[in-house]
Amino acid sequence: MIRVNNLTKNFGNLQVLRGISCHIAPKEVVVIIGPSGSGKSTFLRCLNQLEKATSGEIIINGVNITDPKININLVRQEVGMVFQRFNLFPHMTALENVALAPMKVRKQPRDEAEELAMSLLQRVGLADKAHQYPEKLSGGQQQRVAIARALAMRPKIMLFDEPTSALDPEMVGEVLEVIKSLAYEGMTMVVVSHEMGFAREVSDRIFFMDEGLILEEGTPNEIFSNPKNPRTKSFLSKIL
Amino acid sequence: MDLRFDLIWSYIPLLLQGTKLTIQLTVFAVAIGTVIGLFVSLLRISNFKPVSWVAKIYVDFFRGTPLLVQILLFYYGVPQLLGLDSMSRHVAGIAALGLNSGAYVAEIFRSGILSVHKGQMEAARSLGMTYAQAMRYVVLPQAFKVSIPPLGNEFIAMLKDSSLVSVISLPDLMHTGRMVVNRAYRSFETFILVALLYLIMTTTISQLVSYLERVFGKDDQSQ
Ligand SMILES: Nc1ncnc2c1ncn2[C@@H]1O[C@H](COP(=O)(O)OP(=O)(O)OP(=O)(O)O)[C@@H](O)[C@H]1O
Ligand SMILES: [Mg+2]
Repeated sequence: MIRVNNLTKNFGNLQVLRGISCHIAPKEVVVIIGPSGSGKSTFLRCLNQLEKATSGEIIINGVNITDPKININLVRQEVGMVFQRFNLFPHMTALENVALAPMKVRKQPRDEAEELAMSLLQRVGLADKAHQYPEKLSGGQQQRVAIARALAMRPKIMLFDEPTSALDPEMVGEVLEVIKSLAYEGMTMVVVSHEMGFAREVSDRIFFMDEGLILEEGTPNEIFSNPKNPRTKSFLSKIL
Repeated sequence: MDLRFDLIWSYIPLLLQGTKLTIQLTVFAVAIGTVIGLFVSLLRISNFKPVSWVAKIYVDFFRGTPLLVQILLFYYGVPQLLGLDSMSRHVAGIAALGLNSGAYVAEIFRSGILSVHKGQMEAARSLGMTYAQAMRYVVLPQAFKVSIPPLGNEFIAMLKDSSLVSVISLPDLMHTGRMVVNRAYRSFETFILVALLYLIMTTTISQLVSYLERVFGKDDQSQ
């Protein structure tokens, strides 16, 4: 579903991704862990071309999205993204946030888009907040709206960049529950997260990134119980 | 000290007519300025250097030179350049004021757009929206809201600066005031009345702006 060949990314002289290759199968859930500055966010953002790759290939559903000739907007409709800081549109209600892209991108009529939005808000447990503006919602609620907003485009892949790290601890659970439910329904997902319990529970594979490379990958069991790379070991010993 | 407002009483309709022209010039200038300003602000933030460069030259020219010079340039200079005999005072006046206003409004919108967190554009693009859609539905509505107070200030500044068109004998409030002084020989009374009329207009605009701020500012806040 996602195949990455030798992806590199430079910011000026700084090489942030130094040749990443991986393959992610349909319905697979991959959690990326690694120290701050290792390039996790950058890698995720390359997967929907919010960052342009410097070199290498990213093939999603058979389409090479690094090819400048493809219509990236079509690719992005298939790849939803959820951000650390939610990025809800503050001038719109929760419902409008979710309904906007179906209306403007998919050209769905308003009532249809709002019906869809309502059902998605229901699904993340926020039907009663549909007409609230983001500033009136807690962080956890905002993040759940953001997930509903991404789902409204019916993506085949979901990317999460530290979806719970801007949240107060008591709200982490409600957001992780929603992400877990997506995993159980078979959504293909790539999640950058420091929530190791969550990673162990839902992920099929874990990527450990450091200094712009995937240094180690394996099942949660392999990574957590028996890490091979010394850097993985020392990272895990620091955070567990 | 003798104040003889009675001597200028009969000129009040004339002054009101000048007031009307001042309002018309200002409204036109700000309307044109807003359209140009929006357009230029979008060029200005373009990643394509030549485009943002042209926009910057426009903005720098109209903000960096006296409006008086711009008005004279339009009234006398442009007809010469185009080989015309003359140019309508109204057209020249509105063009100069509008283009001048456009430069200021462009900077207002530009900083409004830049004040919107870049995560907003990214979130919109990640949903598959085009750059234009993301601008229109997500970034500009937020940018516009923060632009309301400075736009109000620009409106007020334009109203006052429009008095400079009296230099090309457009019968605005300022020019009419000078005419009245020449006829009635009552400088103080006339100019204090002119000043008062300007003051009424500027305070009306400030009221309007704070009203708009309340209307648009009530439901939400940028993150
Ligand atoms: N737009 C940018 N311009 C320049 N440098 C950048 C940019 N974005 C990221 N970087 C740099 O790239 C490196 C990797 O950043 P990235 O955000 O991908 O790391 P990360 O693994 O997500 O870290 P964290 O856990 O702190 O989120 C960092 O050194 C960062 O400073
Ligand atoms: Mg990051």
